Amino acid sequence: MRETDVMVIGGGPAGLSAAAEAASFGCDVTLVESDLALGGQLIKQTHKFFGSKDERAGTRGFKISELLLEELSGYGNVKTYTNCTATGYYPEDGVVTCVRAEDEYFKIKPKKIVMATGAQERLIPFPNNHLPGVYGAGAVQTLMNVYGVKPGDKVLMVGAGNIGLIVSYQLIQAGVQVAGIVEAMDKVGGYWVHAAKVRRLGVPIYLRHTIVEAIGEQYVTGAVIQEIDERFQPQGERKSLDVDIICMAVGLSPTCELLWQAGCEMVFVPELCGYVAQRDRNMRTSHKDIWVAGDAAGIEEASSAMVEGRIAGVSTARALGRGTHE
Amino acid sequence: MPHKSKQDEIIICRCEEVTLGEIREWIEKGYDTFDELKRVLRVGMGPCQGRGCRDLVLREISRISGMKISEIPPGRFRPPSKPVKLGVLAKGGDDE
Repeated sequence: MRETDVMVIGGGPAGLSAAAEAASFGCDVTLVESDLALGGQLIKQTHKFFGSKDERAGTRGFKISELLLEELSGYGNVKTYTNCTATGYYPEDGVVTCVRAEDEYFKIKPKKIVMATGAQERLIPFPNNHLPGVYGAGAVQTLMNVYGVKPGDKVLMVGAGNIGLIVSYQLIQAGVQVAGIVEAMDKVGGYWVHAAKVRRLGVPIYLRHTIVEAIGEQYVTGAVIQEIDERFQPQGERKSLDVDIICMAVGLSPTCELLWQAGCEMVFVPELCGYVAQRDRNMRTSHKDIWVAGDAAGIEEASSAMVEGRIAGVSTARALGRGTHE
Repeated sequence: MPHKSKQDEIIICRCEEVTLGEIREWIEKGYDTFDELKRVLRVGMGPCQGRGCRDLVLREISRISGMKISEIPPGRFRPPSKPVKLGVLAKGGDDE
């Protein structure tokens, strides 16, 4: 059986930060990432970060990922596996099972675990939402910014939070026309600076509106939007838009299957967008060997994910008796 | 059986092709937890293991039953969290 001091599950901003921090205290670290590349959502983020300079404000997301990978490569005590998914945690003996590239299966017994499994995109139900052309905003961003593929010609964006606004702007940069942004709330959820940018380019933002139907036989050829009342029920005139992509940016939910499997105490916190593991200020869950960091601990953003990862990393090291730099 | 509306035909669980109409029909029969619906409809049992549909199903249960989402059992989570080929498991894994 493979063994490791600290296993980090997920190689996004939280996981990379946790791994680097634990490694800096001399812990033997194993990091698994289900995607083909490390970096998580950072690798598709072409915009500059906000916030504090200490948290890399002013730097573009994919550059932050490069900086984290550079830091990690300075440690000889970190093993990373990409295309490798942790598929189970077995509380009886603390073993984690992993599948790598679909056909390699292995078990590993870590002393401590940091769950940095990120989030999944939410969907909303509407007729024909199964048609090709209905995408999550994350998928659109991956196609454009990671693979260089233009997803279509004309898009309806659903959701005016930061993701919806930023991805709309990036779609325009890629030569895609944004027919409009619908937002169910009565105000824009994202930063004004992002909203102003797309408004200046002439993109209409329809507040208190939602998508009520996708149009098309084999794939999306249009979308119908409608105003909604205080109880989010569609009312009034239906407006048809001629689009070939419907992009959903309606929020994220923490990915926490492994935390449930481990029997961690879970609490439903609407502000964190769903069930999350109860944890202390050091990001340690109710399970003494399991920590959580990043969106898996509640939906926030990459800057907080990196801080949480650092805290979890140093805390695992401390729990292993390695809490000080030599 | 009444004529199916467009709403009824919305696909909620894309992996197992379970529609909103089917989910509503079973919730109204009293199957008002995620696990019960999973057993009768296979909702959430496909490759994504409920990542896409669990929230939608819980919201629908909440809407019909009047329970808060936080009061509805979200279902059991068991390994594996993604499909693993039987042959790969049968080989027993690499114990390096």
